[in-house]
Amino acid sequence: MALLEVHHIEKHFGSTQVLKDISFNLEQGQALAIIGSSGSGKTTLLRCLNFLETPDKGTIKVAGEILFDAKVSATRSEAAIRKKRLHFGLVFQSFNLFPQYTALENVTLAGELLAKEREDYKADKKRIVAGIEAQGRELLAQMGLSDREGHYPHQLSGGQQQRVAIARALALHPDILCFDEPTSALDPELTGEVLRVIRSLADQQTTMVIVTHEMAFARDVADQVIFMDGGVIVEQGPAHMVIGDPQEARTKQFLSRYSEH
Amino acid sequence: MFFASAEFQTVFAALNAGFVRTLQLFFITLAGAIPLGLVVSFGSMSRFPPLRWLTRLVIWAVRGTPLVLQIIALYYVPPLIKLFSWGSGESGRFTAVAVAFVLNYACYFSEIYRGGIQGVPSGQQEAGLVLGMTRRQIFFQVTLLQMIKRIVPPMSNEVITLVKDTSLARVIALQEIIWMGESFMTGNQGYAGRVWPLFFTAVYYLVFSGVATILLNRLEKKLEFFH
Repeated sequence: MALLEVHHIEKHFGSTQVLKDISFNLEQGQALAIIGSSGSGKTTLLRCLNFLETPDKGTIKVAGEILFDAKVSATRSEAAIRKKRLHFGLVFQSFNLFPQYTALENVTLAGELLAKEREDYKADKKRIVAGIEAQGRELLAQMGLSDREGHYPHQLSGGQQQRVAIARALALHPDILCFDEPTSALDPELTGEVLRVIRSLADQQTTMVIVTHEMAFARDVADQVIFMDGGVIVEQGPAHMVIGDPQEARTKQFLSRYSEH
Repeated sequence: MFFASAEFQTVFAALNAGFVRTLQLFFITLAGAIPLGLVVSFGSMSRFPPLRWLTRLVIWAVRGTPLVLQIIALYYVPPLIKLFSWGSGESGRFTAVAVAFVLNYACYFSEIYRGGIQGVPSGQQEAGLVLGMTRRQIFFQVTLLQMIKRIVPPMSNEVITLVKDTSLARVIALQEIIWMGESFMTGNQGYAGRVWPLFFTAVYYLVFSGVATILLNRLEKKLEFFH
């Protein structure tokens, strides 16, 4: 059974249909890259997975559990959605770190707030908070940012900020980690450090969905690739197939723009 | 030595009493307009269009007319149309002026708040949501401080303006410091034809706005640890 099952997702903005009958599966430990030109719907799809947009139709299942079913209004309520969001992590194109918190606080804030809902929180507060902080430090170390724990976001480079954002998303142990064009807001010399981190996550069998414009990266790191155009999945399959040997004319045309330069 | 003279002592005591009035009006306006402004700003951003348009109409009317006119209208019109009376004497005048100031400044503050609230990027809210935070947690833990940082500089301007605007209460003869200063031109406690007390009131305004500026700058500095 696939870890993530997306069935027949549709989404309209007003009268414009931005997602048409989107279905795909993702296995545990695999990385899926979603490619396509701007406006093809790939970011909207990622936002639907994270419940930042509500699909008009379709279902989303994780490990067999229905997280979202457009037909069942109970799965659409704000309270129901909040906990289900935690199955997914999201790394934004523009980082969206909290500016008034240090790198470490950015990583630990949500975990500490969630811990307050635990029954043993009051009795065991010190130990729980210490545990969350220790884990935060460990994640920042994993991102190569041990010496930046006490820095505020504006004191960090774009690449460092994005690595803090990745640590922040990992801190809540999501089943599936999503990336929305994680390097598009970075100078070319800073994209490498972020891509290296994502690559190492793939090596550790992190289940990931990555919306990206980095074709070489998608080919090398992703197991599966989806090419979207005009709100539909034009082609999907193993990464080396879709990028190395595309079958559809639209995929070939899209990829040819990348091989030209 | 002039500062030791009986004239100076008499005027100084009167100006101090007037300045206490001025300060009362200043602090009551802030205490009323800072929270009321938040309510007005929520009205102006309401998802219910009639409420939104009504609130914006009121803001437009209040910001589009002189405060001095609002004070006069609020003080004289209700008794004139037999709606209610503000009560006689100084306390009635003070109530009317305080209401006019709170309403006026609440409208100005509301627009500053609106700018501050809408100025926080939506990505902050979204980042909180995907991390499983409640809307309440996002407001208090993430967006509130960013909003405060954005509104402190424009609020500082308004507060400095308010220090001086309190003198508009003079128009209905509230006995604040300008009224007191003028009283020694026409005659008060045996002194008449004195011009200097009126000009001396400037010292009070300068000292007070100076202190306010220093305190607000300090607050602004405190919030400089993040961008």
